[in-house]
Amino acid sequence: MSGLRILVPVKRVIDYAVKPRVNRAQTGVETANVKHSMNPFDELSIEESVRIREKKAHHAHAPPVEEIVAFSAGVPKSQDIIRTAMAMGADRGIHVVVDEKDALEPLGVAKLLKKVVEQENSNLVILGKQAIDDDAGQTGQMLAGLLNWAQATQASKVSITDQTTVEVVQEVDGGVQTIRSKLPMVITTDLRLNEPRYASLPNIMKAKKKVLDKKSLADYGIEESGVRLKTVKVCEPPPRKGGVKVEDVDGMIGKLKELGAL
Amino acid sequence: MSSSNPALRHQVIRIYKDLLFMGRQYPQGYDYFRTRLHKAFASQRHLEDEAKIKEGIERAEYVKKEIEALYYLKRYRTLRQRYDKPS
Repeated sequence: MSGLRILVPVKRVIDYAVKPRVNRAQTGVETANVKHSMNPFDELSIEESVRIREKKAHHAHAPPVEEIVAFSAGVPKSQDIIRTAMAMGADRGIHVVVDEKDALEPLGVAKLLKKVVEQENSNLVILGKQAIDDDAGQTGQMLAGLLNWAQATQASKVSITDQTTVEVVQEVDGGVQTIRSKLPMVITTDLRLNEPRYASLPNIMKAKKKVLDKKSLADYGIEESGVRLKTVKVCEPPPRKGGVKVEDVDGMIGKLKELGAL
Repeated sequence: MSSSNPALRHQVIRIYKDLLFMGRQYPQGYDYFRTRLHKAFASQRHLEDEAKIKEGIERAEYVKKEIEALYYLKRYRTLRQRYDKPS
């Protein structure tokens, strides 16, 4: 294998600092005029792929990174997110334009990504472990299954030891677990993998010169978005009810009995 | 302004713009950030000495790094609270 061709899929989500509101029709979360940004877990994956390239300088055996491609499927504004990814260090971007009304589900995204991987001839896919909007956490695993590649989920450390071997450390209950595998593979990132760099103004300006291909689902031979789930209703969690103060132990026991806890 | 070095002047303007751009996502809001940033730069406008101006630029670079770290930490902590801590 000559070099790494890394594919990094990113998603445009409502910014983590914004409190989501349910829309009037109770069919989803209000997205109009809400600040959006890149899914934080995807920032980690961009950062990691850029670090793999930079690490080249002091790991003689690590394979060189040929290319880092940032990918996103979504509304036209998703290209801002791809630009951010390119400002952080991705070499070029692919944007599959999908309307908001027929947004893809994890399986749809995985099927699309499979086609992209085949077309781009990628041998490493680094994804965020989940997106902070749907919190599905399925795309990476489904993609690995469809491609029949090895997968390492929730990576907290990634090291490429020689030309084809990748070691991934995962945080598990009460310790860490190390996975070793051959390329090609799918990696999903966990929160403590690295510290994503800030996409500064000069870098965003420079990223505007990088190539961003605009495609449609049909370009990848996918006719329909294949939505299988139907959202019945979305509503806010019930507000927390206030507590009561009790005078003494007897009062507390009385209250507990009243609530049926005793 | 008369004696100032055009290269330094350019540097100062650029870092001011960089900081303004970063201020867009400042937790207390862009207006809060912008007025304060403006005041901080305006308070140093009398500087004529090149060494002093360079010092000022260095301080601005330092502030830039601090803001980057602030944004990172704020996001990391929020996400840790949402996804990492067993509730």
